Amino acid sequence: MHEGSNRPTDNRPTENCPTEKRVCLSGTGVTKVFGAGSRKTVAVDHVDFSFNEGEMISIVGESGSGKTTLVKMLLGLTSVTDGDLYFMGKKRDIRTRRRKKAYWKGIQAIFQDPFSAYNIFKKIDSVLLDCVHMRGGRHLPHEEKIRMISEACGFVNLKYEELTNKYPFELSGGQMQRLMIARIFLLRPKILLADEPTSMIDACSRATILDMLMKLRAEEGMTIVFITHDLGLAYYVSDRLMIMEKGVIVEQGAADEVILNPQHPYTKQLLSDVPKLTEPW
Amino acid sequence: MKNIFKQAFHSPRFVIGFSIFACILLTMLIYPLLMPGNPLEMIGLGTFFRPGTYVSVYDALDADSRTIKLSDADDNRLAKAMSDADRISMMEWLAVAGVPAEDIDLRDTHGLISLWKKYYDPSVRPEGMTKAKRNYYERLNNRLVAVTRADTITMLSPDAETGEMEERGRVAKTDYVNVSDVTNVRRLPLGTDNFGRDMLKELVSACGTSLFIGLVAGGIATFIGLLLGLLAGYIGGLLDDFIMFFTNIFTVIPSFVILILISFSIDQSQRGALTTAVVIGLTSWVWTTRSVRAQVLSLRNRDHVNLSKLSGHSLSRIVLTDILPYIASYVVMAFILQISSGILAEAQLSLLGLGPKTTTTPTLGLMMNWAMLYSAHINGAWWAYYPVILTIALITFSLNLMNTGLDQVFNPQLRS
Repeated sequence: MHEGSNRPTDNRPTENCPTEKRVCLSGTGVTKVFGAGSRKTVAVDHVDFSFNEGEMISIVGESGSGKTTLVKMLLGLTSVTDGDLYFMGKKRDIRTRRRKKAYWKGIQAIFQDPFSAYNIFKKIDSVLLDCVHMRGGRHLPHEEKIRMISEACGFVNLKYEELTNKYPFELSGGQMQRLMIARIFLLRPKILLADEPTSMIDACSRATILDMLMKLRAEEGMTIVFITHDLGLAYYVSDRLMIMEKGVIVEQGAADEVILNPQHPYTKQLLSDVPKLTEPW
Repeated sequence: MKNIFKQAFHSPRFVIGFSIFACILLTMLIYPLLMPGNPLEMIGLGTFFRPGTYVSVYDALDADSRTIKLSDADDNRLAKAMSDADRISMMEWLAVAGVPAEDIDLRDTHGLISLWKKYYDPSVRPEGMTKAKRNYYERLNNRLVAVTRADTITMLSPDAETGEMEERGRVAKTDYVNVSDVTNVRRLPLGTDNFGRDMLKELVSACGTSLFIGLVAGGIATFIGLLLGLLAGYIGGLLDDFIMFFTNIFTVIPSFVILILISFSIDQSQRGALTTAVVIGLTSWVWTTRSVRAQVLSLRNRDHVNLSKLSGHSLSRIVLTDILPYIASYVVMAFILQISSGILAEAQLSLLGLGPKTTTTPTLGLMMNWAMLYSAHINGAWWAYYPVILTIALITFSLNLMNTGLDQVFNPQLRS
């Protein structure tokens, strides 16, 4: 993987169209502290970043490096201890429920564990219907809603007829995660935060999930923030890499630059830890 | 939901608990239909009538009598006339009279009586025997002779006008009537209590009242506990601190003490079954709050809740659809336990005389209280308190059994 010869370059619109580079989400000095006093834990420590429209950014780091906490803050699910977040050029304001809802129309997420991401008491249809309603389709005729949902299912190679009236536990992990992507397809947010979407999925489904994320970006021009602990995978899919260690972004830059010319010792160590097929361990 | 019901009925514990509870409930519903009337009607003049069938003596005289000759009829009459102490005294006399000890069998009434007839002589004055003792033997002998005398009893009733006694009939020792021919027969399977009320009727009625108290108390406690637990757990922050502050205070002060104080401060005339139930409910929500809060705390950061938030759902909708179903099984089990502890709390309160007012409705606790106040345990009136204790035990046992059965259904790890 060091050579970067096997990276797909065909589906990266940003490299070809540099004019599109508008910042859609950025943060300065973003910090999250859990606890207080002697039990204080700094999960995310003064992180600066900016995501451009249509970009695919990977945040790479080991477990406990603060990736998921950062995602939760970006989503507005956890409060930010310190620092500012800017969404579409303006300071993020999600103090009321109405504003939060508007914010979530622009930013959505796929979670790590598809098995715990669904309410086990609700049928799958309700999850997808919620998305149609959130996009303002509450008063559409029922057939139109079904058509939109079927289209979304078709996008992720699932048949709506086979899914309707089923409960989440009747699906496989890969199907559940694909359904999550169908949800994103229906919502069409500006930014998608994918928090290790492939780590709980078997290798075959993994490639499918990644392809679908790529397709989302290619077709909808979505900004995708990809959280992973797998540097090889991150290099494979993304334009830009951010390496996180103990709540701090130690290195960031274009994917090729970071991989081919790592500066920080942690990045070098991560690179040497990537298993290679051709070399002995 | 259907599945859970099906699974619950596969659990033997739940099935046993449910059957006991269903039997109690059915008895409560059906018995008043078979035996209508006020359960607190005082039918017996006197305290603590033994359980049994009571036949009207007056009507028995009018019933067709048949002659049945039974060889052991006299022996039975004699046996009833002799107490254990009498038998021992008779043995002492026989021993003095020179009968060898191995010939005397205390249990054998017939043999004892024939020996007695043979050896008893009122003119004999055994050495060292007091006059009082000799008089006692004479009285005993007279009594036994009276029992075996082959007499008929003549019934007389005064003439309404002249006041002269007229013979109405004679009853021979061999006269029998069929119980079903007697017009007035009253079965008192559990006897009567200190006020002369039918214990069984009272018990069935008390069972209903106690269950009602348990249900209301459990409902109130579960509702408050659930509401506070959900709010504290899901909203968190200052509200959580505030709710937990109060919950901790109530946890530290024993709720039974509060219960006694509140009940004491409510006037006796104001204390109905409902008031008592509400008071019990208001003092027993603490543990439900704490455990619901703990469960909600672990649920609120789950991905499905986050997803629901991201889908723009309101707080109430998230709590109702994403949190509540996940803890519903726990709440059901807590509710069942609250019912049983509500029934127990009522029994405890009433035993102390702080239960519902005593004139209109019986409760299980009140029945215990009455039995205690009228010293049923000293009088040997076991029927006044054992059935009540057994009923309380059965209700709480069946509820707890159902609870553990459900526990096994909801937590498959506990299945052995």
